[in-house]
Amino acid sequence: MDLFEYQGRDLFERHGLPVLGGGVAETPQEARAIAERLGGKVVVKAQVKVGGRGKAGGVKLADGADEAQARATDILGMDIKGHTVHKVMLAETADIKDEYYFSYLLDRANRTFLCIASVAGGMEIETVAEEDPERVAKIAIDASKGVDEATAREIVAAAQFPAEVAEQIVDIAVKLWQAFVAEDATLVEVNPLAKVGDGRVLLLDAKITLDENAGFRHPDHEALIDQSAVDPLEQAAKAKNLNYVKLDGEVGIIGNGAGLVMSTLDVVAYAGEGHGGVKPANFLDIGGGASAQVMADGLEIVLGDPAVRSVFVNVFGGITACDEVANGIVQALALLGERGEAVTKPLVVRLDGNNAEAGRAILDAANNPLVQRVDTMDGAAERAAELAAAGK
Amino acid sequence: MAIWLTKDSKVIVQGMTGAEGSKHTRRMLAAGTNVVGGVNPRKAGTTVDFDGTSLPVFASVGEAMKETGADVSVIFVPPAFTKSAVLEAIDAEIPLAVVITEGVPVQDSAAFWAHNVAQGQKTRIIGPNCPGIASPGASNAGIIPADITPGGRIGLVSKSGTLTYQLMYELRDIGFSTAVGIGGDPIIGTTHIDALKAFQEDPETDAIVMIGEIGGDAEERAAEFIKANVTKPVVGYIAGFTAPVGKTMGHAGAIISGSAGTADAKKAALEAAGVKVGKTPSETARLMREVMS
Repeated sequence: MDLFEYQGRDLFERHGLPVLGGGVAETPQEARAIAERLGGKVVVKAQVKVGGRGKAGGVKLADGADEAQARATDILGMDIKGHTVHKVMLAETADIKDEYYFSYLLDRANRTFLCIASVAGGMEIETVAEEDPERVAKIAIDASKGVDEATAREIVAAAQFPAEVAEQIVDIAVKLWQAFVAEDATLVEVNPLAKVGDGRVLLLDAKITLDENAGFRHPDHEALIDQSAVDPLEQAAKAKNLNYVKLDGEVGIIGNGAGLVMSTLDVVAYAGEGHGGVKPANFLDIGGGASAQVMADGLEIVLGDPAVRSVFVNVFGGITACDEVANGIVQALALLGERGEAVTKPLVVRLDGNNAEAGRAILDAANNPLVQRVDTMDGAAERAAELAAAGK
Repeated sequence: MAIWLTKDSKVIVQGMTGAEGSKHTRRMLAAGTNVVGGVNPRKAGTTVDFDGTSLPVFASVGEAMKETGADVSVIFVPPAFTKSAVLEAIDAEIPLAVVITEGVPVQDSAAFWAHNVAQGQKTRIIGPNCPGIASPGASNAGIIPADITPGGRIGLVSKSGTLTYQLMYELRDIGFSTAVGIGGDPIIGTTHIDALKAFQEDPETDAIVMIGEIGGDAEERAAEFIKANVTKPVVGYIAGFTAPVGKTMGHAGAIISGSAGTADAKKAALEAAGVKVGKTPSETARLMREVMS
């Protein structure tokens, strides 16, 4: 889960890291109140999870509460690269003398964590790494030891931070690591980490990603989810413990296993190329069990998407037996009928693997005119794409 | 022979008394796996009956190894307890630990991996969030269905469970020496490269299927390894050619952010290393058939 900048600022503050005072507003009036509390000059920043907001006009200076309210009025509701601005952060301004870069992140290749630090902050670190690679220090962090003062000093030396800020950055490096671990983050990026006029080093931006797998030990992280960005179908699916991602095509997809479903998206997209360019409408992994209840919930979500013209149910019976899955489909259609949500869109079902013959026989016996059985993945994808194109 | 798991492997199950653990212990036994016991400190000294096979429960991995000679542990404990279960397996120096559990925090995986490295990597860790390892006809450690395919001479390594099953099913007439599901998490104990190296050295494996997914650069690194070290034919498949950027698709690893980690980039890297890459599972099976004929 990616956090907004203001959530990152709050998190840094909670962990004793030096940040500027600030607050978040959803209305110009709230922005005014925060500006009054902060006093003097403030910066009004659009809260969107996309880069380049400054260039898009989403970051403005304001002198006093009146101006802050006016700038917030301008920025709230703006569209920045497809992201609507629902919130602005107001923060104190700082007299920036130097801009540095500092991050901790997951290093998959080396199965550990990495610190990236640079004296060339304030711009894209990828650009610095390309143009000026010796100014970007990468230090591997031993996951079992973490970052203590000695490691922090190594980081400061490797990145060649100036002597006058070294002690402050050592302290920040240690505390930032503690925050990284305590919050189960997979990324904390500070750009810029800035030296200001009075000599202090402050964390002036925050890009933080939290590990959703660690949610069980962070009940407070639930509140950080941006409800305005969650697709209503995705929300409904989540409430039913279904792993669903909304996409923008016409062929509804239900399958078991993330890899197989991803592969199904590909096969349907290829088939769609021959049928007016129809595409997968969603990703839905119903997992191993695939009981009638789960199948009914899955079908309900997929059919709840008005863009869906046909549905492809692609199941490989590994541990699950295909006869159970077939019963699940038949019962699910009945269940949806009882709920008054009679299915009117065609379903193409492919069952293979464990007890496939028995499963196919169950579908044949049910003889539902909406259900078509195709026994290969490629053939079924072709048929589902054809039906979606016809229903357009 | 097969890689890492043979008919002589003695398997214990950490979390054998839980719902998933007991269900799959029964399945592993039915597949002919030599399961010799389970670990649960709160139930140590008891036994559990699986359709007539009575398995002892031990207090620790170390005790189970001492009493039974176990050399493989399959771990089914819930995510909150996985780190300590794996650390225990590492400290007991069990040669192979297969971590099935899904949803393990990445800092926990990083911690047990770092501990394993510090201990000299005496334990091979497979997973977490993986279906395990199966050497058809010999032994099965994890949740891969045992009856998809008989033994044979294809080796398979995959990030995805169901795609593993799909490919095993499509090539069941040829058969597999070993199938390894390494899992799709950002930090995993056994990589594509580890499995490729083992298959290259395994006299009973003639060709290798490698299944990848979008996200990360493990497939690109595997491609470099193949180019330099693998002489046996390799056929590849990557899922997620049409996945939109920035969406997580079930596996934590299956996300693309920006240009790196796309299926096209992985396919190009593999092809540059001489690997034939199928666009779909069925095309991949066809390519393997050509290789084996």
